[in-house]
Amino acid sequence: MSDLNNMTAAESAATKAAVMNQVPGPEIEGQSPLHHADLASLAKQGPKTGGIHLREQKLLGHLTLRCNAENAEQLAAVERVLGVALPLQPLTSTENGNYSIRWMSPDEWLILVPGLETFDIETKFRDEMPGHYSLVNSSGGSTVLELSGENVVDLLKKATPVDLHSKSFPVGKVVSTLFAKSTATIRRTGEQRFELVIRRSFSDYLWLWLQDASLEFGLVVEA
Amino acid sequence: MTQQNRLTSGGRIDRSTPLTFTYNGKQYKGFKGDTLASAMLANGIDVVARSFKYSRPRGIVACGAEEPNAVLQLGATEATQVPNVRATQQELFDGLVSASTNGWPSVDTDVMGMIGKVGGNMMPPGFYYKTFMFPESLWDTYESMIRKAAGIGRAPRERDPDTYDAVNQHCDVMIVGAGPAGLAAALTAARGGARVIIADEQNEFGGSLLNSTEQLDGKPAAEWVRAVVEELSTFDDVMLLPRSTVNGYHDHNFLTIHERRTDHLADIAPVNTVRQRIHRVRAKWVVLATGAHERPLVYANNDVPGCMITGAVSAYINRYGVVPGNELVVMTTNDYGYQAALDWADAGRKVVAIVDTREAAVGDRTEAARQRGLNIISGSAVIEVQGTKRVTSVSVAGLSSSGTKVIGSVTKLKADTVATSGGWSPVIHLSCHTGSRPVWSDSVVGFLPGPTVQKQLTAGGINGQYETATALQEGLDAGQKALAEVGLAAADVVLPDVKTLKVAAPMSLFHIPHIKPTSQAPKQFVDYQTDVTAAGIEIACREGFEAIEHVKRYTAMGFGTDQGKLGNINGMAVAAKALNKSIPETGTTVFRPNYTPIAFGAVIGRNCGALFEPERYTAMHKWHVEQGAMFEDVGQWKRPWYYPQKGESMQQSLNRECMAVRNSVGILDASTLGKIDIQGKDAREFLGRVYSNAWAKLAIGKCRYGLMCGEDGMVFDDGVTACLGENHFVMTTTTGGAAHVYEWLEIYHQTEWPELEVYFNTVTDHWSTATITGPNSRKLLEELTDFDVSNDNFRYMDWKQITVAGVPARVFRISFTGELSFEINVQANYGMAVWEQLIEAGAKYGLTPYGTETMHILRAEKGFIIAGQDTDGSVHPYDLGMGWCVSNQKPFSYIGKRGMNRSDCTRANRKQLVGLKTKDPKQVIPEGSAAVLDPKGPKPLEIQGHISSSYWSETLGHSIAMGFIKGGLDKMGETVYYPMADGTVIEAEICSPIFFDPKGERQNV
Amino acid sequence: MLHIYCPHCAEYREEDEFHCAGQAHIARPLDPEACSDQEWGEYLFFRKNPRGLHHELWVHAAGCRKFFNMTRDTQSYEIKEVYKIGEQPSVVAE
Repeated sequence: MSDLNNMTAAESAATKAAVMNQVPGPEIEGQSPLHHADLASLAKQGPKTGGIHLREQKLLGHLTLRCNAENAEQLAAVERVLGVALPLQPLTSTENGNYSIRWMSPDEWLILVPGLETFDIETKFRDEMPGHYSLVNSSGGSTVLELSGENVVDLLKKATPVDLHSKSFPVGKVVSTLFAKSTATIRRTGEQRFELVIRRSFSDYLWLWLQDASLEFGLVVEA
Repeated sequence: MTQQNRLTSGGRIDRSTPLTFTYNGKQYKGFKGDTLASAMLANGIDVVARSFKYSRPRGIVACGAEEPNAVLQLGATEATQVPNVRATQQELFDGLVSASTNGWPSVDTDVMGMIGKVGGNMMPPGFYYKTFMFPESLWDTYESMIRKAAGIGRAPRERDPDTYDAVNQHCDVMIVGAGPAGLAAALTAARGGARVIIADEQNEFGGSLLNSTEQLDGKPAAEWVRAVVEELSTFDDVMLLPRSTVNGYHDHNFLTIHERRTDHLADIAPVNTVRQRIHRVRAKWVVLATGAHERPLVYANNDVPGCMITGAVSAYINRYGVVPGNELVVMTTNDYGYQAALDWADAGRKVVAIVDTREAAVGDRTEAARQRGLNIISGSAVIEVQGTKRVTSVSVAGLSSSGTKVIGSVTKLKADTVATSGGWSPVIHLSCHTGSRPVWSDSVVGFLPGPTVQKQLTAGGINGQYETATALQEGLDAGQKALAEVGLAAADVVLPDVKTLKVAAPMSLFHIPHIKPTSQAPKQFVDYQTDVTAAGIEIACREGFEAIEHVKRYTAMGFGTDQGKLGNINGMAVAAKALNKSIPETGTTVFRPNYTPIAFGAVIGRNCGALFEPERYTAMHKWHVEQGAMFEDVGQWKRPWYYPQKGESMQQSLNRECMAVRNSVGILDASTLGKIDIQGKDAREFLGRVYSNAWAKLAIGKCRYGLMCGEDGMVFDDGVTACLGENHFVMTTTTGGAAHVYEWLEIYHQTEWPELEVYFNTVTDHWSTATITGPNSRKLLEELTDFDVSNDNFRYMDWKQITVAGVPARVFRISFTGELSFEINVQANYGMAVWEQLIEAGAKYGLTPYGTETMHILRAEKGFIIAGQDTDGSVHPYDLGMGWCVSNQKPFSYIGKRGMNRSDCTRANRKQLVGLKTKDPKQVIPEGSAAVLDPKGPKPLEIQGHISSSYWSETLGHSIAMGFIKGGLDKMGETVYYPMADGTVIEAEICSPIFFDPKGERQNV
Repeated sequence: MLHIYCPHCAEYREEDEFHCAGQAHIARPLDPEACSDQEWGEYLFFRKNPRGLHHELWVHAAGCRKFFNMTRDTQSYEIKEVYKIGEQPSVVAE
């Protein structure tokens, strides 16, 4: 149905997404979803040893890309913007320095970038991407928890029904799944290290849950 | 207190570690390695319960999960009370406190027992149905009396201090049971490189091997067990779960395991440890190596303490060093029963007789008994025992060859213990959980697992294979088969050398006849826990119950917490005989999860207290909490309901909040509304298909309200959608409807209209929304932005991208209160920053935070609906008087159009939404009240409709209500009546639902 | 609890991650206005409830959020196949 590729530049621009720089100046400090948990103080005062280590990677840029995995021009455009190709195999991820891309669905990827680069990337996409796609800023709607330590698999097994054995869940794999009574996108970044993308409104619940489920292992909060 | 039944040596107990425990207030000693049951037997405790219906004294019968009588209450404190603990499965720990659960004042001197002796005869099967069902209103009274008298344990009245949880597991092979078959399977699968989980309900692996004196490779069996367990524990991918009962076997090889991690250590779990854990296992293949339960025989007075099953007698002697009596009579239909007599004799106590129901059976075990010079009485049976709190003697008589009649004279023998064996019932419970119907085997004399669609293998006792060598071989075979099925090479395993004993054919006999007919003989118990007798089953059959499932329900057979593990097959045999059918013709009942009772704590796991249900918070939640807001649950969200000030009633708070909005300015956290980003060149077309109104001409920068209907034409959601770009929209949904609307859009896009170029993305959590509303809202906004927000530059139903309080924002000028309003959307990370600045700048205008209740009142004053409150799935836009929100000019037949035009949707006299004004302005009609035209008319009164929204309006000084009335839109000015439960009647006039500012001038300034 | 192969994620996941959205292959009439009340009623309200093979529409709600079809035996709960939207089942009731 698309004739988007045959438009003039002006026509094309009008059809593209409305983007805005959503980040205010440095005088206004953002509050990540776990702001009120005051992880910084816990990192200073809390235990230094334990089987679980937790760190929030806060205020990153979260961009949800929807496009056609079979459209070579779009794939090339993504690579131009991010310097790395979209992971096309289900449940995989790619990364380039501070950029990481998680496969979410056959036509959906989650791109994490440094928070202050978000608008720049959005703009580049708007300039570079041909055809039918969408790029949605969801930075305020989620946060990243990094969980690691010798008991990290023991902990995650309590929360998610997916098989975490390294044979079925190797480093680099990504799954979106249930996590306790909420959901998470889990990516393995090391044998004993995982990143969880969780939703803002569930983050207090999950923080409570993780503290409770970590009791038997000991929880170390890192800044 | 001495342990008079304890042997000085032997068994798997540690005599150097004595433990003290309490039973019914009295202290006793046992040893490490004991179960509570073995320690009780060591101390000569005979009576452990009073029976459910007849209050007869009961003793320990078995030594595992099948035990029906020794079901005790545990717990040293109120908070740690645990009911329904089988003493045979509870490991002894120092300080354990236990009590019997029935019998008052005690199991030894029981008041109910006296009544029971009389009442018992008056309580035939079906007694409860016949006696207590009418009048139904009294059932609650009956039930509580019955429960109190029966005594089946009690829940703690204080909060359980322990932690429980659940863990998800995955494996190639799940092995249930760690007896010889299970261990052989596990060793094979592990050596082959499979991911293995092996679980066993006992504290240590070994199963039947721990209870016997058998030799493997010329050494005690326990040594082979130890070596295998040691090897298994060296594999990274093998999980060993002792003290773990596989309680359920569900579809697609999903199993639930109940692991008791600290129940053997103390009354309360050590700090930061989990007391019990549910493992939720997804297994590629399952090996059931669950063994078999021995069946007791059914004979007169077979419930007198001292009556046991033979396997239990051997287990207590060999594993726990306890001989549960002095003078033993064995009655058996098979060779295995002889083993108890041999073990008893080895323990140095007296074997009075082995009564074999068969004539001249010759097997290796019978010959061993003969060579030991034990007294074997063939072709006979124990037809009755004597005694009340302990067996004192037994009556032995000859049997006809079919076992149906007593022949010859009756001899009395002095004995204190009767061990019987009617054969073994394979433990097929888990197989039944998956829906597989068991199959009767004449050679096994029992039911075997039936055909299954599960990826399931069976090995050992569950197949009716009771010789250790066969069980080991079947386990190995199952292990190899599982390896092949999961794509792994066969493992190299050499089984230990075991002597296979010659076994004579068993006799198929369940119910021992008496010299009197069953109905007149002393009670012959089939199901101990529910007090079902052979006579009771015969009565049920005589009363016309022919299906075994009906007999079960009428008699309550198998309804105890043991699910009839001992009694069910015997009951079926008695029913079959009464019905003149074979057992396979009579059929069998099946089993459900859970295999053994499980603590509620384990079921609930971590999902209790603050973690019971997720609470979703907005970015401003902490502020609301600090302001003392009361919260309302909307879905999983916690939304501020109202903000009480000191000394205010709820109504006073609402009045204050409403007036602040009408007179100056209020602020609402509207972040929870669902928000969906919609992009693509067909986005506009898509909106036109899912909303009832038109979207073709909505310009960039404009907002529009839409109604969303189902295919049936009924409204299910509503909200405002803004046009951000020619191909870019953001849709808002109701808070509770967000997930459903999102899935609704996706299902139509993915399954019906995939050709439309459009993408949907949820951005609910991404945006924080602060709504400021009221005549002073513009002044407030002006203070925080450089943008010209005058009415000329920022029109009603426009949205603008501006900076508010230094934060980039999308501001929508839309109104749900009827007042001048601005909805300020910012990225949620900055939501609190903007909110706090609004609050600070708003002080001079008396900016008042308000919650959902005030929001509801304000919108009702304007006649705005709330989807889900003023809609219930049965009203279309015209019923709501919202025909203005329906466009029939659209070329595409949008969702709901055809539905709205069904004949029923266009008929006259449909219930329609109207306003209702009470005659007495102070009266607020309760929501849900039903309307009638003539409250004094003949009953039943015809209901005209109901109230969907109703409030006190401080703005107007009278109550307001919205509700449905048949043909209401044509009945303006007419009177309807709302009869109340207390007999009073509220009179109300039908009016427009727009009570306030009908021309909409205030939002347009 | 079912163990479901998601044809988009290309692996098995627990039933908890999915929602069943009812009978598969119920196409929305192309011209609803041309349907009689009875035809529209059939489309809206009438569904099969077979004992045996059934074609169902499922969505991987907590995963990739894609819909797909499943052929399932309602008696044994066996899943015979999953296939994408727009595809036809290869296993059908006789």
